[in-house]
Amino acid sequence: MPTPAALTEPPPAHTATAGLVPLLVRFRSVFALALLVAFLSLATESFWSEKNLQNVLRQISVNLCLSVGMTLVVLTGGIDLSVGSTLALAGAVAAGLAKSGLRLERFNTLVEFTPAGAMLAGVATGLLVGLVNGTAVTTFRLPPFVATLGMLSIARGLTMLWTGGNPIHDLGPAFAFLGNGRLDALPLLGWLPMLIVVAGALAGVVAVVAGHTRFGRGLYAVGGNERAAAVSGLPVAAIKRGAYLWCGALAGVAGVLLTSRLNAATPDAGAGYELDAIAAVVIGGASLSGGRGSIAGTVLGCLLIGVLNIGLVLLDVSPYWQQVIKGLVILAAVAIDRATAGGRFFQD
Amino acid sequence: MSATPTHLPLLLEARGIRKAFPGVQALAGAGISVRPGRLNALLGENGAGKSTLMNILAGVFPPDAGSILLDGRPVAFRSPREAQAAGVSIIFQELNLVGGLSVAENIFLGRQPVNAWGLVDRRRMLREARNLLATLDLDVDPALPVERLKVGTRQMVEIAKALSFDARLLILDEPTSALTEHEVHTLFAAIRRLKARGVGMIYITHRLDELPEIADDVTIFRDGVLVHEAAFRAADRGDYVRRMVGRDLADLYPRSQVTPGRPLLAVEGLSVTRPGGGQPLVTEASLTVHAGEVVGLFGLMGAGRTELLEAVAGLRPRDTTGAVRVAGEAAVIRSPHDALAAGIVLAPEDRKADGLVLGMSVAENVSLSSLDRATRFGLVSRRLEKARAAAAVARLAIKTPSTAQRVGTLSGGNQQKVVLAKGLACDPRVLLLDEPTRGIDIGAKREIYTLIDDLARGGMAILVASSELPEILGISDRILVLAEGRVTAEFRRGAATEQALLHAAIPPQRGAAIA
Repeated sequence: MPTPAALTEPPPAHTATAGLVPLLVRFRSVFALALLVAFLSLATESFWSEKNLQNVLRQISVNLCLSVGMTLVVLTGGIDLSVGSTLALAGAVAAGLAKSGLRLERFNTLVEFTPAGAMLAGVATGLLVGLVNGTAVTTFRLPPFVATLGMLSIARGLTMLWTGGNPIHDLGPAFAFLGNGRLDALPLLGWLPMLIVVAGALAGVVAVVAGHTRFGRGLYAVGGNERAAAVSGLPVAAIKRGAYLWCGALAGVAGVLLTSRLNAATPDAGAGYELDAIAAVVIGGASLSGGRGSIAGTVLGCLLIGVLNIGLVLLDVSPYWQQVIKGLVILAAVAIDRATAGGRFFQD
Repeated sequence: MSATPTHLPLLLEARGIRKAFPGVQALAGAGISVRPGRLNALLGENGAGKSTLMNILAGVFPPDAGSILLDGRPVAFRSPREAQAAGVSIIFQELNLVGGLSVAENIFLGRQPVNAWGLVDRRRMLREARNLLATLDLDVDPALPVERLKVGTRQMVEIAKALSFDARLLILDEPTSALTEHEVHTLFAAIRRLKARGVGMIYITHRLDELPEIADDVTIFRDGVLVHEAAFRAADRGDYVRRMVGRDLADLYPRSQVTPGRPLLAVEGLSVTRPGGGQPLVTEASLTVHAGEVVGLFGLMGAGRTELLEAVAGLRPRDTTGAVRVAGEAAVIRSPHDALAAGIVLAPEDRKADGLVLGMSVAENVSLSSLDRATRFGLVSRRLEKARAAAAVARLAIKTPSTAQRVGTLSGGNQQKVVLAKGLACDPRVLLLDEPTRGIDIGAKREIYTLIDDLARGGMAILVASSELPEILGISDRILVLAEGRVTAEFRRGAATEQALLHAAIPPQRGAAIA
């Protein structure tokens, strides 16, 4: 029996009309990025300098890890506000273990960590945080916003406890290589910072997971219609938990990368980074209500924010205005998204 | 009841109403007329267009054609607000109350009386609410939050809300479907009181047994067309049923003669409790479906059809007790995944909410339950997925530009076919269909009936729950009737009649109380 809902049914499919305008709309992030880069090449002298490019890419790497993980959570219709704190905790754990190992008082022994081992422990810390988030959202049915808001505070507090509120520096050249070195052995791409190589490779892996695995398809299905996904036999809880696990682990990687780059872990690292990550996801075309978005879009969103950040610095814009402009860009991106066909469907 | 008093002026007259939705002509010449102080019972099968007309009268959406006269003057409501202002209020089957707010807040939502400071005058609001509730003889504290009230009381609050708009025409859409016997009596008493005050009413129902108590006039729709309107006469009841159905059934329902094979689905002593406790939804239901057999499950709204199917499909693991056997082997079904593994597929009643991810493509929806079959080396093969979807589109004659089309853009009938394709992609042995043709047009219905027949001939066991009598009678080899969660009767094909099914479907105590 037709109900009022039938009215909101979208009109029959319109065939894609050829022409410049739909193309512009479809690849708007690409065009926006190209415009921004073109503008900065003309308006500043140092944009294309190797030093600046390396700077841009280094800055982007950390947000890339965070936003790619965030995308998986957002696809399910959730959100992870704890990534900034998780980053700090993972970085602190890695730095502390690399610097002074783990003292087990009861056994009166000191477990020493190699730099690589300490880094893995940092990533494992992120994974653990993700497990707690995922369990809170699935088993205890907490709204993702609330669950991860709690974790934002918990992980920050644990970081303070672990570090005693002081930075941990001088982690050694081996630890700092990941964040500052280059892969000189690589032909042509030898100038690329290790940071972006690692972050880019991870983004590639996550893109395959999201786009080409059953788990990835499950993320879209759960976010698109959780009830239908459950009725269709999908393991909804496991899929959601998986999203938070990935997100936590990637926040752990981000923490390790940042700590390595600074050759130090600070207890207030990553504060507010969750907002940049969410911004990248949203600018990348994902819907915060779930079911729509892509890793490629998020990577573009991340590049856009990164280039904008650096560009505003190069143009000598005051830091206060930088924040205003970034906010405006986010609002504009989502408004355009809503106004075009992609957004309208989900609004209804 | 008396004959139609033609001396009374018409309160409302709607004529020649037409309304189309994507893929469905919901109304094709419907109408109704209501006189002050009289109740017009609107009858018709599911899909006859009753709710569509009510939505038009209440200003939810406009008609494509036709005229609506209120007190002899043409009206065209653009919103429910306008309709309310003109004295037309509708009480939907799903109540529109804000659970956390008080009864009084709900009655005066958005129109709370204010004092000189512009603040809500709570005492006056409670007093006025109390007066309104008193006119319905309803003893409830207007300061209580609505969520603490029983369903029947909430319904009365909705009626009080309608009265607060000085409603002269009240539309009630299946108001008794979720009420207990006592609540029904309270409602009927309120209806009689409203009639005495001159309020005209349109009352949509499936329960013909309710009519002698309250109905003055009867209007019948079939396939979106007005087919009968006259004063109510208890003796005409059989005639009403015939007019509601009134089509050549043999033509619509192809059902081959099949000799049933071995039992594929056996449900033994299945009970389903309400998640919050209370009266059980299904009590000790047992049934068997054989290979090649189509078994119909008939029952009124709230009889437990959907809950029974959902329990078998693993959707209510915490509230279900009883045993399920598939092809003779005990199946432990704690989730839809377990059900799929056992070869049981459910096509749910509400395809948009439970069956499909509307933002996903046809191909992605078809493979939702069977993505493992399109996965190679851990990666989903788009090529394989597309090929499987294309085969399903061809087999079920799904009308779609391509398998990449978003499912949300398809018509209801084609969406339903995608739901079936999704289930069939798992190669099930047992197919559970819940209202498989709700809200879809007659052409798509016939295709789905043909598909059901084909599948049964291929050896599948099919259990169809439906509230549409002709459908159940037309496609089933055997029919089970549920009433208040219990299997009350079983009929072989040919032995069942509409009257017999309806009789078995009416809960015994209510039937007795009304008789």
